[in-house]
Amino acid sequence: MSARSLLARHIRGYSVRDMAVAALFLLPCLIIFAAFVLYPLGRTFHLSFFSNDLLGRPVHFVGLEQYYRIVSDPYLVGVMGTTALFLAYTVLPGIIIGLGLALLLQPKIAAIGVFRALLATPFAFSVAAAAVVFNVFYRPGIGLFNGLLQQMGLPAIDWLTSPNYALGSVAVVSIWRYMGYTLIVCLAGLQSIPDELYEAARIDGASSWHRFRYITLPLMTPTLFFLLVVSTIHSLQTFGEIKLMTAGGPVNSTTTLVYSLYKSAFAYGSSDYGLASALGVVLLLVVTVITVIQFRFLQRKVFYS
Amino acid sequence: MKTLRLFAHYAVLILAALIVLFPLYFTIAGALMTDAQLMRFPPMLVPQELHFENFAKVLDAMPLIRQFFNSIFVASAIVLGVLVTSVLAAYVLVFLNIPFKNVIFGIIMLTILVPTESLIVPKYLILVDLRWINSYPGLIVPFVASGFGIFLMRQFFLSFPKEIYEAARIDGCGHLRFVLTILVPIVRPALGVLGLYTFIGSYNMYFWPLLVINTPDMQTLQIGLQALNSSESTQPSLIYAGAAIAIAPMLVIFYLFQKSIVRGLTSGAVK
Repeated sequence: MSARSLLARHIRGYSVRDMAVAALFLLPCLIIFAAFVLYPLGRTFHLSFFSNDLLGRPVHFVGLEQYYRIVSDPYLVGVMGTTALFLAYTVLPGIIIGLGLALLLQPKIAAIGVFRALLATPFAFSVAAAAVVFNVFYRPGIGLFNGLLQQMGLPAIDWLTSPNYALGSVAVVSIWRYMGYTLIVCLAGLQSIPDELYEAARIDGASSWHRFRYITLPLMTPTLFFLLVVSTIHSLQTFGEIKLMTAGGPVNSTTTLVYSLYKSAFAYGSSDYGLASALGVVLLLVVTVITVIQFRFLQRKVFYS
Repeated sequence: MKTLRLFAHYAVLILAALIVLFPLYFTIAGALMTDAQLMRFPPMLVPQELHFENFAKVLDAMPLIRQFFNSIFVASAIVLGVLVTSVLAAYVLVFLNIPFKNVIFGIIMLTILVPTESLIVPKYLILVDLRWINSYPGLIVPFVASGFGIFLMRQFFLSFPKEIYEAARIDGCGHLRFVLTILVPIVRPALGVLGLYTFIGSYNMYFWPLLVINTPDMQTLQIGLQALNSSESTQPSLIYAGAAIAIAPMLVIFYLFQKSIVRGLTSGAVK
């Protein structure tokens, strides 16, 4: 049978020609996904059950030992605490700042478009550029921030060199850089609230606080919930700021889950691929749980509306 | 009363803009000052005279032109790849009647949900096996298919009138010809949104190039900044100048294409 007549056939109602075209069109992306997502996904789980030999090859099967290390080794338990603290520093404060700025930018007054563009600008900063610039701001002694503090008669702060402040200082940069995104999403959410609702409330004499509390906030819930999920995942993945500003220090006070993963696999030639993979699995599970919760919640939203 | 409130509103807006934009302002201002001026107390916030020579000095301190080229080349190649693979895959998912369509769509959605950081070890080992460490393919190939890109294209294709597709097919228009001559021209704005979004993400990429590249001439600009950060630590003016050069293309793109970027960013958020 010739190729032409084969392509003209149908199998179980599907056109052979369509299936051939589909295979051809899907091939490029499926190869990439297979090589750089699906295979690594299986391999991460696989590697997490092994430890390295002397040459750094993961060959010794150790079962769940790497996972046991994560829950028992004081350093790794500390890493989980630092990760949680970093989430607390970045996620809610970031959303509140973004929503606050979006509310400021909501009224349709003159030049508001200019302000919208200006306030969303940090979005254009790369992680690396933001980190190296803030590094100079944060320098002890002659740094810009300490200079400004001293000028106002306030004591200098060890922004990046004190275990008490370093994580917060990194969080500031992370919030600042992500603010453009939070702001843009909040503005889009606010714009989808019908003006008539505010008009009606104003006619009924509702104060601006009541309009916020009983119109804006409830109608913004899906947007804010979306941001909560996305910012949490984004914050969990923070890497560049930590690498460039503190390298996990001082005394591991900024070593988060992703940074400890990087450190155990790649820093100082340690090549502890087993532990790094187990940490990768933990990250994967946390993100999956958060995403599943989001889907369940959004389904309920659909049900209510 | 009303004008007073409006006045107060603008005052708060200006104050917010000053705080938010200060790091950007000082990156540019600092790039135009001398190191002595930058270390002065009380801090100097406005450059007295403009020291453009910092930009020339930073060119000596790092292979900046080469790294700039690397960044633009890698980001452009990724954009091209993502546009082609996303259009082709989304076309199949929306227009063709094939078995296991939901399974394929599920796999694509899975690739969006998996955080890349969690797979970094095996991805790195694959690159070692392929001998792609310190090479352009190593920086480009893993990113030329994007689950988000396919998802975004699929959303746009779903609103494409099915009648046009059926009419074209009945007239004997082939699949590839339909994609190239009818679909792509109509969804050009969507391609623009995806292209911009991908370009910004690829240009700003940090973790992956840090692992894959180990010589200065193959580094992207973002990794080059790191060298400036450590080796020129006594010269803040050069760090500011380097950072200013690194963000300049993104600032231009951001202000030129703001509408498209906003559309891309909110496409997953507000439905």
